[in-house]
Amino acid sequence: MTMLNEGQQVDLLMNMGPQHPSTHGVFRMLLRVDGEVIVDAEPHIGYLHRGSEKLAEGEQYHQVVTLFDRMDYISNFNNEWVFCRAVEKLMGAEVPERAEYIRVILGELNRIASHLLFLGTFGLDAGAMTPVMFAFRGRERIQALFEGVSGARMMHNYVHVGGVKEDVPPNFKEMMAELLADLREDVEECDRLLSFNEVFVARSKDIGAIDLDTAIDYGWTGPCLRACGMEYDVRRAEPYSIYDRFEFNVPVGRDGDCWDRYFVRVLEMYESLRIIDQALEGMPEGEVNSVGGRLVRPPKGDVYVRAENPRGEIGVYLVSDGTDKPYRVKVRPPSFCNLSALRLLVKDSYIADAVVILGSLDIVLGEVDR
Amino acid sequence: MNLLDILLLIIALLILFTALSIVVISMIWIERKFLGRLQRRLGPTRTGPFGLLQPVADAVKLVLKEDLIPSTADKAIFWVAPLLVLIPSFMIWVTIPATKDLVLRNLDLGLFVIVALLVVSILGLLLAGWGSANKYGALGGLRSAAQLVSYEVPLVMVVVSVAILAESLDLRVIAASQVPIGVAEGVLNEVKEAGGSFNHIGVPLILIFPLGMVLFLIAGLAEVGRIPFDIYFAESEIVGGPFVEYSGAHFSVFFLAEYINTFLVGALAALFFLGGWYGPFLPEWIWFLVKTYAVVVVIFWIRGTFPRLRVDQLMAFGWKAMIPLSFVGVVICAVYRFYDWPAWTMTVMSLAVLGVVGYWLYRRFTQPVQRLAKLYGRRPGRVGNVS
Repeated sequence: MTMLNEGQQVDLLMNMGPQHPSTHGVFRMLLRVDGEVIVDAEPHIGYLHRGSEKLAEGEQYHQVVTLFDRMDYISNFNNEWVFCRAVEKLMGAEVPERAEYIRVILGELNRIASHLLFLGTFGLDAGAMTPVMFAFRGRERIQALFEGVSGARMMHNYVHVGGVKEDVPPNFKEMMAELLADLREDVEECDRLLSFNEVFVARSKDIGAIDLDTAIDYGWTGPCLRACGMEYDVRRAEPYSIYDRFEFNVPVGRDGDCWDRYFVRVLEMYESLRIIDQALEGMPEGEVNSVGGRLVRPPKGDVYVRAENPRGEIGVYLVSDGTDKPYRVKVRPPSFCNLSALRLLVKDSYIADAVVILGSLDIVLGEVDR
Repeated sequence: MNLLDILLLIIALLILFTALSIVVISMIWIERKFLGRLQRRLGPTRTGPFGLLQPVADAVKLVLKEDLIPSTADKAIFWVAPLLVLIPSFMIWVTIPATKDLVLRNLDLGLFVIVALLVVSILGLLLAGWGSANKYGALGGLRSAAQLVSYEVPLVMVVVSVAILAESLDLRVIAASQVPIGVAEGVLNEVKEAGGSFNHIGVPLILIFPLGMVLFLIAGLAEVGRIPFDIYFAESEIVGGPFVEYSGAHFSVFFLAEYINTFLVGALAALFFLGGWYGPFLPEWIWFLVKTYAVVVVIFWIRGTFPRLRVDQLMAFGWKAMIPLSFVGVVICAVYRFYDWPAWTMTVMSLAVLGVVGYWLYRRFTQPVQRLAKLYGRRPGRVGNVS
């Protein structure tokens, strides 16, 4: 223990997390505070490390899908999808049209569900207790549909290599019509409730601002990067699946602060609804899986695919040695890269701002730690 | 004072405490149901009809829970702090009249006592934060000291304005002076006979002094630490602040004090601005409760609507908006009384200050949202303007 000289001032060392209501899981920040102002912050991650990448090496390909479910557990479909795309690219397998449409619809629905969750918890971080209830209502509706389609509310294991597990229920269109009517209302309601609330804007505007160059240097992607003003969306920059067939905008922010990061996500929900509408119209009949059986043996080789997840660009690097198990799976998680700038953002801000900034990054610890 | 008097006093205090406990329980139920409805939930439904027994179940749970004391805590301070918060907020009620006769001890200087006792609870919160040897607690304690001291000033200035208008510090007189002379004769004659002075206004003060009502409600919200001013126990930031280490019965004492204070703000607003217990048809005590609960529900409503302010924004709002406005309130009250103008001039002045200065402050404090709303073609703070 170091002794202090008389009159010497020291900063208070504060431990925020891993048991803290607003660190979104088990994240820990070691804050050095001077009164209310944060002098320095040291993020600690790894509390949710499950070794998913290593585990994947011991599982067959169809089993690895379940591991991807549990990485970003807020957007399961998008995660399953990107891994299956990696395997398909390696095998050169074609995915049936209908399966692509199903994947797009469910993926975009999952994006809305994820953003709704973000909206609610971001409101909680700022101290508003009502938006979370409204946001969860919409999210529950989406999850009820997911349950109808895949049998599970989360951890669906529905996207399989070569398509999807099975066709959607026969009344899928009616279910979707019912859901979309309610969902549009829900999203608008949440938007109205929070977006232009005076206190909310005062709490999040001009807080945690980052300029575009720094954001790119830190490897930011997704809504966080777009909030800085760059129109970069993998769905647009390198259209995968059937995204080139749909008409949608890529909303961008201007100042790269917490409010912009929030509002980009809100606008994205409207765009996702547009994509879903178009996809439902164009959905053909037919097969949903081209590979058939579960057991797949991709040829020797490696492949890298990327996709636009709700949180940003996810990348999967897959090495196959020709057996039924992957030789190596490496994931580039968007949350991890976005989180890396946290120290820069929270420095010299207030403690209350640190919570808002962390919330605006919308991290999922399951993905950060894997 | 003989033994019988003391005994009677003790019984009266016990009755008051029981009544307040029942009030607190009812408030918890109302809050949970009302917030539930605001958030499209049902609120508690399982315990008793309409979930009426939910607060009872909560209380039983809290009392039965283990009362943990951190090993590094300063035990004496840790024990005393909840009482330092509860006792003053209870003592204030000794002098609050629920009707013209239903008051434990009516004091001629009632307002003075209330203002004096309100400040004591700051000490309790500060000690609670410090004594629990927790950094979140210490931070919360300091926040509470800063917040409560700054919002004490506008609150006191509003109280001073009311005292100027009614020319009395007696709460019964303040309430009685707001109703037509025929209705309030009882109290006023009593005061006249005792040689006291007062100014009879004849209408509820909210009609002639709306500025004061607004300031009082905002400052009151800050005094009891309700959203958007709950920064000293902000759950998402400092995890409960001074209460972070408290559990079981100790925590329930804080809880009780918080709700008694919320009810106090409602009661004072009713007495100062809404004409106290006076009203047609219904018994007096029911009118008092109706008015008080109406204000309390507004407080709950605000809680369900707004996010929390940041500590510097809170202080800026307190010192740059609330305090100047409350001083202006005192000045216009003094001018009105000094020249003895008719009551409507007071209404005009008060509304003018509230409208002009209030609007200017609104624009000033909400510049970012105005800019954004213009940018995205929306109207801030309004419902129904998407796409």
